[in-house]
Amino acid sequence: MSTNTVAAVRVPTGGLAHQARAALVVWQREMIRFGKDRTRIVSSLVQPLLFLFVLGVGLSSIVSAGNGSVGFTTFLFPGVLALSVLFTAAFSGISMVWDREFGFLREMLVAPVSTTAILTGKCFGGATVATLQSLILLALAGLVGVPYSPVLLLTLVGLLFLMAFMITALGLVLAARVKRVESAMPMVQLIITPLMFLSGALFPLSGLPTWLAVLTNLNPMTYAVAPMRTAVFDQLDVDALTRATLDPGIVWNGWAVPVAMQVAIVAASCVVLLAAAVARFTRTE
Amino acid sequence: MGEVSGPPAVQRPAVYLRGLVKRYQEVEAVRGIDLDVAPGETFGFLGPNGAGKSTTIKILCTLVAATSGTARVAGFDVATERDAVRQHIGLVFQEPTLDTYLTGEQNLRFHGELYGVDRSSAAARREEVLRMVGLWERRGDPVETYSGGMRRRLEIARGLLHSPRVLFLDEPTIGLDPQTRASIWDYLHELHRGEQITVFVTTHYMDEAENCDRIAIMNEGRIVALDTPGSLKAAVGHDRVQITTADDHAAIEALRDRFGLDAAVREGTVTMAVADGASFVPQLFAGLGTAIRSVTVTRPSLDDVFLAHTGSTIRDAEQPRGMANPVVAAMARGR
Repeated sequence: MSTNTVAAVRVPTGGLAHQARAALVVWQREMIRFGKDRTRIVSSLVQPLLFLFVLGVGLSSIVSAGNGSVGFTTFLFPGVLALSVLFTAAFSGISMVWDREFGFLREMLVAPVSTTAILTGKCFGGATVATLQSLILLALAGLVGVPYSPVLLLTLVGLLFLMAFMITALGLVLAARVKRVESAMPMVQLIITPLMFLSGALFPLSGLPTWLAVLTNLNPMTYAVAPMRTAVFDQLDVDALTRATLDPGIVWNGWAVPVAMQVAIVAASCVVLLAAAVARFTRTE
Repeated sequence: MGEVSGPPAVQRPAVYLRGLVKRYQEVEAVRGIDLDVAPGETFGFLGPNGAGKSTTIKILCTLVAATSGTARVAGFDVATERDAVRQHIGLVFQEPTLDTYLTGEQNLRFHGELYGVDRSSAAARREEVLRMVGLWERRGDPVETYSGGMRRRLEIARGLLHSPRVLFLDEPTIGLDPQTRASIWDYLHELHRGEQITVFVTTHYMDEAENCDRIAIMNEGRIVALDTPGSLKAAVGHDRVQITTADDHAAIEALRDRFGLDAAVREGTVTMAVADGASFVPQLFAGLGTAIRSVTVTRPSLDDVFLAHTGSTIRDAEQPRGMANPVVAAMARGR
């Protein structure tokens, strides 16, 4: 038998450790590809920087942020962090379409490991890449009047990672049925761009017309952006009225959703979306 | 690896099929196949596109569920022991499945981790398979810089990395130039010396089937012939002997009168069919009575075998059935 040859190897059967190794190597592949793709790192920063410094500065003259104690760019900062994570993470998930096109998806799906392990590794990979990129933006916090508080920075990184995981999983759900690379980009336009506009990343959720308030409350990304903004405002010295206008939290039919619950909703969305992605990939391949 | 229950793996067929049927809606791609492939055998699966080869191999690799029948690979049932089957098989698909951004070695590392290869021996094993396919020197280069033949060799190395008992190769040489095709087969022979492994290969290149210990010819979902290449050719019978002579008319007459052969001039040579061409040629020289300028003896090819069993050449068999291939048709429908 093959065990007689010198370098023949033993392979274990199943087990959680084996599944974890599989997830880890999928994560490693994302890291290797990220490290090789310098242009992707740079280009993915352009859009958030434009939002922050061009849109933010351009609009600050007409936007009277509360009584003027908080700059518009300060308000925008957590939203722009969320945006950078949104696009990077969505791309990581949707990149599964390329993996299918070039056959590598098959290499992953015929291995003796569960689809859950593969896709979990992919989500952690997408989340890590997106969070690493957002660190560059996070370093600019001082430029827009956000203090470099270690607690704040750690809170933001944690929330960004959680959100990135959720969005990567969403990207996987979308990528499961797309057979052609050309169809991937329109999907970003169709799904990801609305998520951005309806999340409260670019405008405060206070005083919205009912139809818009309902749509933002249905968007899981809203629950990722709001805690980040709250974390930033916790560090600022602002009066109650300004805070109520710019950081109103999330209100369901008159009930203010606690921050812990907002985060829990994002975490639950991660699980639901990942499970949906596993179901869709298991069925299609 | 001997801890699995039941009789030792070496005594079980590497591939065991009974009454295998696969139906895609109205198309019956596989119509009842029985097959035993012995451990260590190099087994060729031949037939035109759409004959059901790829569907059969996909069932064996747990990628497609059979409609009915039993399929066991390395002793494990493909329907109920999916992961055990996957753990014990290596796969080389028709279409490339490499990450071209990664290096050759990174592709192998990835594979080793996915298959849970023991970490202490993984590096040595990677080196062994890379050396076997002649890619050790190029291991650090991104796969996008590899030629088609190198990529195929890397895929073969990867398929072997986790020491599978059965290596499935679905059209491993398709789209490669003849020289590269020959070199792929050299590597497969090499591999057979180094590893105790069963190789199950599909091809529609008749000449490649000669490299196999046994071959099955599949046509329209059924196995129509199953034997060694030599026996299959012998069953077709006749060698073709072609001679050029000083006087073709006299030669043809002499062949009829003295040897009882029905010869005719084809492509400028006197052509006849005989049971054993090699032993016939000396008799021919001794008894023909006409000067012979040249002799060509052609053994029957597997093309002739295919023709004899299906009534059409492999090329002709493919033409009208192009879209009848259920997999292609299903893909075209955007399944």
